[in-house]
Amino acid sequence: MAFINLKDKLIQAKIVYYGPGRGGKTTNLEYIYNKCSQQINSEMVTVKTQGDRTLFFDFFPFDMGKIKEYDVKIQLYTVPGQVKYNSTRRLVLKGVDGVVFVADSAVERRNKNMISLKNLEENLALYHKNIFNIPLVIQYNKRDLAKQGLPILDIETMEMDLNEQLKAPSFEASALEGNNILSTLKKIISATMSSLEKELTWEHEKWK
Amino acid sequence: MNLILGQKQLDRIHDALTENLIGIGVQSAMLIDTAGNIIVSVDNGNGVRDVYSLAALAAANFGAMSSMAKIVGEDEFSLLFHKGEKESIYFSKINDDFLLINIFGNQVSLGFLRLKAAKVIEDLTAVLVTA
Ligand SMILES: Nc1nc2c(ncn2[C@@H]2O[C@H](COP(=O)(O)OP(=O)(O)O)[C@@H](O)[C@H]2O)c(=O)[nH]1
Ligand SMILES: [Mg+2]
Repeated sequence: MAFINLKDKLIQAKIVYYGPGRGGKTTNLEYIYNKCSQQINSEMVTVKTQGDRTLFFDFFPFDMGKIKEYDVKIQLYTVPGQVKYNSTRRLVLKGVDGVVFVADSAVERRNKNMISLKNLEENLALYHKNIFNIPLVIQYNKRDLAKQGLPILDIETMEMDLNEQLKAPSFEASALEGNNILSTLKKIISATMSSLEKELTWEHEKWK
Repeated sequence: MNLILGQKQLDRIHDALTENLIGIGVQSAMLIDTAGNIIVSVDNGNGVRDVYSLAALAAANFGAMSSMAKIVGEDEFSLLFHKGEKESIYFSKINDDFLLINIFGNQVSLGFLRLKAAKVIEDLTAVLVTA
């Protein structure tokens, strides 16, 4: 649920990075946090375990600047990917406006990606949201593993596993090297904003 | 569904928080939604600096508390209050979508604050249903 403040001309929207545990969601946010410090006037909040795994979420607000005379503030969150944390994952999804699905390119994670995407679909449905309608970007992360000679899934396989029906915009990326991390972010923000814009014109019509 | 509020509604919320809460010595009073967005935030001049982080954590904390209540067989815990040495936090649920958060020091009594918060919640409910 985005919040639009007509008085101060401010929009707040929530984008959640979802995906299997260890896929690189936190690393995505850390990269953004370090690269875009001018757009972030806040500490990065992390609720994690002793072992540095995300327990609840990572968070910071990202200032997009003005879009059509409105100041846009995007709340960026990650979820805990581990299967056992489903109830906290659901809490983080509450009121989500856009999702980045971070898939892991490592061959042995193939199944985990598919299970996590299915879980996203189910958890969105709890909030009466349809994975086919919500702004969604898929990121094939850890492409750099190939350089270390480690086996990675080819893009065709990942597209077939995860994106055959969804047909969401997708990026090959490396959160470790920063490759396509900002492109992923830009894409999800623009998809979220244009979806909001559509809903807004619709809501205005409804009011007349 | 999105929430759109105009000048009039936001002013009313701002006034309700300022008069009833800041007026009795509360340091920061915030209306947030359960997704963690800040709807209105007011303070006495020495408020919390990082309101966005606070809102994100408060919404998550509230969600976690509600889920725990259900697990132990309660609908909701009626008092959500964290006491610190100097500052304390009091959460109130307005409805399924909105929360009121108060941060206050020792000079404010929790009992009085709860009374005032109840009054504010009435006002806010009226504003938010017309949204
Ligand atoms: N090689 C490689 N490792 C990555 C990449 N992104 C994340 N990692 C590593 O994968 C591990 C898990 O990352 P993390 O961001 O905590 O995953 P999360 O559980 O999805 O939040 C960490 O050791 C990261 O350094 C990447 O693009 N390439
Ligand atoms: Mg993480």
